[in-house]
Amino acid sequence: MAIELKMPALSPTMEEGTLAKWLVKEGDTVKSGDILAEIETDKATMEFEAIDEGIVGQILVAEGTDNVKVGTVIATITGEGEEAAAPAPAAAPAKDVAPAQAGAVSANAPTPAVPASAGTTEKAAPTERASDPAIPAGTAMVRLTVREALRDAMAEEMRADDRVFVMGEEVAEYQGAYKVTQGLLDEFGARRVIDTPITEYGFAGLGAGAAMGGLKPIIEFMTFNFAMQAIDHIINSAAKTNYMSGGQMRCPIVFRGPNGAASRVGAQHSQNFAPWYASVPGLIVIAPYDAADAKGLMKAAIRSEDPVVFLENELLYGRGFDVPDLPDHVLPIGKARIMRAGSDVTIVSYSIGVGLALEAADQLAAEGIDAEVIDLRTLRPLDTATVLASLKKTNHLVIVEEGWPVCSIASELAMVAMEQGFDDLDAPVLRVCNEDVPLPYAANLEKAALIDAPRVVAAVKAVRNRG
Amino acid sequence: MAKAPARSTAAPKKTASTPAPATNREGPRDPIPYDATPAELEKFYREMLLIRRFEEKAGQLYGLGLIGGFCHLYIGQEAVAVGLQSALDGDKDSVITGYRDHGHMLAYGIDPKVIMAELTGRAAGISRGKGGSMHMFSVEHKFYGGHGIVGAQVSLGTGLAFAHKYRDDGGVAMSYFGDGASNQGQVYESFNMAELWKLPIIFVIENNQYAMGTSVNRSSAEDQLYRRGESFRIPGMQVDGMDVLAVRGAAEAALEWVRAGKGPVLMELKTYRYRGHSMSDPAKYRSREEVQAVRDKSDALEHLKRVMEGAGIGEDKIKDIDKEIRAIVAESADFAESAPEPELHDLYTDVLVEQY
Ligand SMILES: Cc1ncc(C[n+]2csc(CCOP(=O)(O)OP(=O)(O)O)c2C)c(N)n1
Ligand SMILES: [Mg+2]
Repeated sequence: MAIELKMPALSPTMEEGTLAKWLVKEGDTVKSGDILAEIETDKATMEFEAIDEGIVGQILVAEGTDNVKVGTVIATITGEGEEAAAPAPAAAPAKDVAPAQAGAVSANAPTPAVPASAGTTEKAAPTERASDPAIPAGTAMVRLTVREALRDAMAEEMRADDRVFVMGEEVAEYQGAYKVTQGLLDEFGARRVIDTPITEYGFAGLGAGAAMGGLKPIIEFMTFNFAMQAIDHIINSAAKTNYMSGGQMRCPIVFRGPNGAASRVGAQHSQNFAPWYASVPGLIVIAPYDAADAKGLMKAAIRSEDPVVFLENELLYGRGFDVPDLPDHVLPIGKARIMRAGSDVTIVSYSIGVGLALEAADQLAAEGIDAEVIDLRTLRPLDTATVLASLKKTNHLVIVEEGWPVCSIASELAMVAMEQGFDDLDAPVLRVCNEDVPLPYAANLEKAALIDAPRVVAAVKAVRNRG
Repeated sequence: MAKAPARSTAAPKKTASTPAPATNREGPRDPIPYDATPAELEKFYREMLLIRRFEEKAGQLYGLGLIGGFCHLYIGQEAVAVGLQSALDGDKDSVITGYRDHGHMLAYGIDPKVIMAELTGRAAGISRGKGGSMHMFSVEHKFYGGHGIVGAQVSLGTGLAFAHKYRDDGGVAMSYFGDGASNQGQVYESFNMAELWKLPIIFVIENNQYAMGTSVNRSSAEDQLYRRGESFRIPGMQVDGMDVLAVRGAAEAALEWVRAGKGPVLMELKTYRYRGHSMSDPAKYRSREEVQAVRDKSDALEHLKRVMEGAGIGEDKIKDIDKEIRAIVAESADFAESAPEPELHDLYTDVLVEQY
């Protein structure tokens, strides 16, 4: 009785991986806990352990193979007696399983490992965008993931300014829970890349104090869900210092980390806090979409004399984008960017929603609707001028936000349109937001709760039908 | 009482527990290892094995993509939940923990089928598919979760204890948290109130030596965590969490103190997690050898097996239990794979209790 070993899903976002190395060979006897192989996921190299006892039958996927889909049978184990028989998930005898046809997840698995949430799937090529006027024409580009771009931004600023340091949970030796600080400890050492205990309130306050004392801290929250422990210091300490001191005492600090829904991590770990922070005078709030903006705005955030809340997105970390190959790519804070020029409708978004808006714009283009897509990039101060200028041109506004609808950036922008763009509106402003519920865990419910491109397309059609 | 086998450096040296350092303050009596009957030994073994096999199966289902998101396995720590909860009064006492919660639920006798179905996000799951691995609750069993925010369960558990005292119902709250969680500020705010108001709570630090990739000595100025309550006058006990009988014995001493109205006790259970922090942890912060040494020398199940042999429980009996547990786990996995997903309208239910 052979057990099929399948390419495991080893992270919430993994869909395929590289079979880096086999640590056993055919004929080896293995027991539970033995390491069979090393597998590279989207985030890290993981060891794949044996769960059953038995003898390695066939190795079906050679080491060094890239892009092995989760669920592909990679080897078989011949079990001994019932010990091994019990967990065997598949009925096919090992010999008949050719690697090529073995790609499916076992028949009784209703949902494959593909993350269910909207926008989580890797797009091979992100929709082409209008070039950024802040970047000189003809600038050479390099392909970087958002994760690498953020890391490079921090590293460049740390090289340039000894006052800059990084502090947070698992930022140093572990290389970052999401690997955003990868390599920083090696380059800058333990004086400047500092692992903290799990004590967000404490280290956010310590960071704010260090900033008041003349340093330039980058405080990483493993995710912004945990910054709730520390929000008091972000709002009561960092945001108000300059004002309360009549401009004497500053707090130049960056609070950064992933924000918004990830994949299947449930209600306490999937929240977009952008509207919370964006409502606070005294803070700068940045939420970039692509790698070029992530880099340019992170550098600007670190240089700023004001406290910055820098909201990243876990699902975007692994996406690749063109980034200007410049020695010092810094972007202005407070400027939105037209990602796609269009004349029929304005779609405004930020963070992961921008990708969905661009996807929707492509579909709409195929149907003859020419959408302009604006990435806000900075949420406080909000670049209302860019939005209003676009509205003047298209007369229709849809806001796309991966977050709750109530008291959102969307509701703020709708108000801006009312107050300052009323005469340009041919139809009421529409918003595409997540469902107004805590995010559920179940795959189908999570998918239903989160925004996706079809919902954006539908909203654009609805707004166009109103005038 | 069988002697514990040699221990690795990662696990504690003593079989029972160390009382708080010399102090003239009163504290719980010195605990003694629990003197279990053969039937009780079998019960402990059955419960611990169920946790281990259940967690292994959950790991497999994760690898198949049937479980998503974060999934924190309890493998290695089984003796803690089983030993402690066996000493509680299921009708009166309450339990709360963090996200590594499957074991505590199984130790409470909650049906493995509805736990596994929650892990796969199905309507039959204990949170109807809405909570997932980290967010499971059973009010019926006075199990209050299942919390994803590190440290939250300590204040919440203190609140459960407050409710016991307020209602004078004789119940004790048990709040489990990790070595990493023990650095959160709210833990100390809770300690102060719990002792100040003599609340009936046992604070349980499951010291599995790591918080994600950070070892205790990299995060804790006082790494003898059982002493963390001293400045609040909370007596501390350090217990070998790999020995279910030591755990149970210590729980009884702690419960005597708390039930007598003398206020909280802080127990540090020295234990070890064999797997990564969650399914996506490459675990580069410790060596294979370290993990293997604990498995070889200190494994809680192997230790208990030796005690059972000493008590005259034969290998056949143990094999029978193994078989029985495998069947239960296989059944729960089948159930969890085949049960339907929630209905879409469930997305909007349970947000609030009442209609306005
Ligand atoms: C407030 C908060 N900060 C950070 C996290 C991320 N996180 C989840 S578990 C964990 C490690 C906790 O370690 P420990 O308390 O030792 O418990 P163990 O996982 O070992 O059971 C961290 C940092 C979180 N969930 N909540
Ligand atoms: Mg721990």
